[in-house]
Amino acid sequence: MSPVPGATPARSAAALAEAVRTGATSAVDVVDEALAAIAGDNQEVHAFVTVLAEDARQRAAEVDRQVAAGRDPGPLAGVPVAVKDNLCTRGVPTTCGSRILEGWCPPYDATVVDRLARAGAVVVGKANMDEFAMGSSTETSAFGPTRNPWDTTRVPGGSSGGSAAAVAAGFVPLALGSDTGGSIRQPAALCGVVGLKPTYGSVSRYGLIAFASSLDQVGPFAASVADAALLFDVIGGHDPLDSTSLDRLTPRLASVLGDGIDGLTVGVLTEHLDGVAPDVARRVHEAAEACAAAGATVEEVSIPEVRFGLSAYYLIAPAEASSNLARYDGVRFGLRVGADDVVAMNTATRTAGFGAEVKRRIMLGTYALSAGYVDAYYNQALRVRTLIADAFAAAYRRVDLLLGPTSPTTAFALGSKLEDPLAMYLSDVCTIPSNLAGHPAISVPFGTGADGLPVGVQLMAPALGENTLLRAAAVLEAAAPAGAPAGAPAAGSPGSTPGGDGVEPTAGLP
Amino acid sequence: MNAVEGEPAGRITRAEVAHVAMLARLHLEDDELERFTEQLAVILDHAADVAALDLSGVPPMAHALSIANVLRADDPRPGLDRDEVLAQAPDVEDHRFRVPRILGEAP
Repeated sequence: MSPVPGATPARSAAALAEAVRTGATSAVDVVDEALAAIAGDNQEVHAFVTVLAEDARQRAAEVDRQVAAGRDPGPLAGVPVAVKDNLCTRGVPTTCGSRILEGWCPPYDATVVDRLARAGAVVVGKANMDEFAMGSSTETSAFGPTRNPWDTTRVPGGSSGGSAAAVAAGFVPLALGSDTGGSIRQPAALCGVVGLKPTYGSVSRYGLIAFASSLDQVGPFAASVADAALLFDVIGGHDPLDSTSLDRLTPRLASVLGDGIDGLTVGVLTEHLDGVAPDVARRVHEAAEACAAAGATVEEVSIPEVRFGLSAYYLIAPAEASSNLARYDGVRFGLRVGADDVVAMNTATRTAGFGAEVKRRIMLGTYALSAGYVDAYYNQALRVRTLIADAFAAAYRRVDLLLGPTSPTTAFALGSKLEDPLAMYLSDVCTIPSNLAGHPAISVPFGTGADGLPVGVQLMAPALGENTLLRAAAVLEAAAPAGAPAGAPAAGSPGSTPGGDGVEPTAGLP
Repeated sequence: MNAVEGEPAGRITRAEVAHVAMLARLHLEDDELERFTEQLAVILDHAADVAALDLSGVPPMAHALSIANVLRADDPRPGLDRDEVLAQAPDVEDHRFRVPRILGEAP
């Protein structure tokens, strides 16, 4: 079965919003089209855990009434959006991919959800994710895995795999995800879409269910760099409800996209090419050539400290998670499994409500914070974080941007890493350093691998460097090799074999 | 943790995993205990590179931002709707969260 039969490339969010704002298209038609696409193929892809058909139609009708009354609904007028299921939506189930929150309806909206509504966007559903965002394949979701629209035997990446797949399958032009160690960028790469992890503090986390609070950041998925910029411009900016929100003006990215990178210096991060699949590494070198052709100076940069990022991350993030997830105790919300006393009730609830990966990380974090080990593990990891941040700072005195792969491989087979946690964690090796430093980074589709599946290249910038990041991303998007994904698989999308019938493997690759 | 206090070099044991599970309010069956002990040991072995570094002169970094003690004006504002919040609770009595007994005596 083909996940996206005869899919045509979706219209850009910018074009859709413009058509709705001018009355050329109705928001109801746009939303109905998205809902029809979801009804056709979501069962196969499983990008959504909740589809909000009636809510979305009502909301779209409201947008159309605003247009008819001569009011501007906003820059995302009528645009269907998928929202990762760890972002609170008032009165709408928000599960975080976990049985422990099954059926829970938050009593408030996340700030980013509120900003979407104010911009005229229409949330059409909640996107599947690894349980509590812990995973790199969307297979740890308690509600079943999401499948990669390019090849449904492969994972979409994770943890925001539902958001990435929803855009790649052409269900929606835009989606929101969250990125703690690569959870936006890695699935964006594996699904052939654009994914931006903004600077820590530049997008409000009010209403984002916490995983690792010093690392979590909300960001956009889109089929194009321009649409990602448009969505970032809507969701970014200070929020008094988030005490880690930066109180300063954020750049308006949409206006700088055409500025190019002539005169900038791009460093190719050599450590991130070690152990990377040869076809992925080749695309990184081609991306570097594209930067040079656009007038940038390209040089190799070595930051040996990033080699310690994975170990530091898998101590810091579980430590913070073990604390954040203590709130799931069966008292105030979500699942309760009854027992005679409160400790037995807490234990029975958590044992039944959490899946294996979440339990593993809670125990790892509890251990890393426990007496006798906190200095050797947690505090040591925080010192490594300083090393990495300082090393990045030194590199950014010489270069404006860093370039490398987003993921060491293209999309891997469902089930292939589920029983080997360390192998799964290694999928995040290139994305983690930016989270530890709090820096922005973006994954841009750049051709396909030897298997015909999408490759993403990653651009990294210093804090608040989104402006430069997006200029370079636009250059790479324009220079992406033939056969590169344009957001949605071509008509007659790939079947169960790697490099299936809809995607042409690029000539000349091994 | 008493068994190996101050000796983080040793591999994590079944007894330690059982203790950590108890602290985290998780119950593990024997086969789960076996599997988690092995998996956590593999992950911690990978972290040995970090544990072995001499970082005595490097300050820890808990957070990417330098902001601290963010305050707002002490103005009254509406909170969440009480009934809406309580409607999501597993058990409620007289506008309060109801839980099983906490102390040893019979209810």
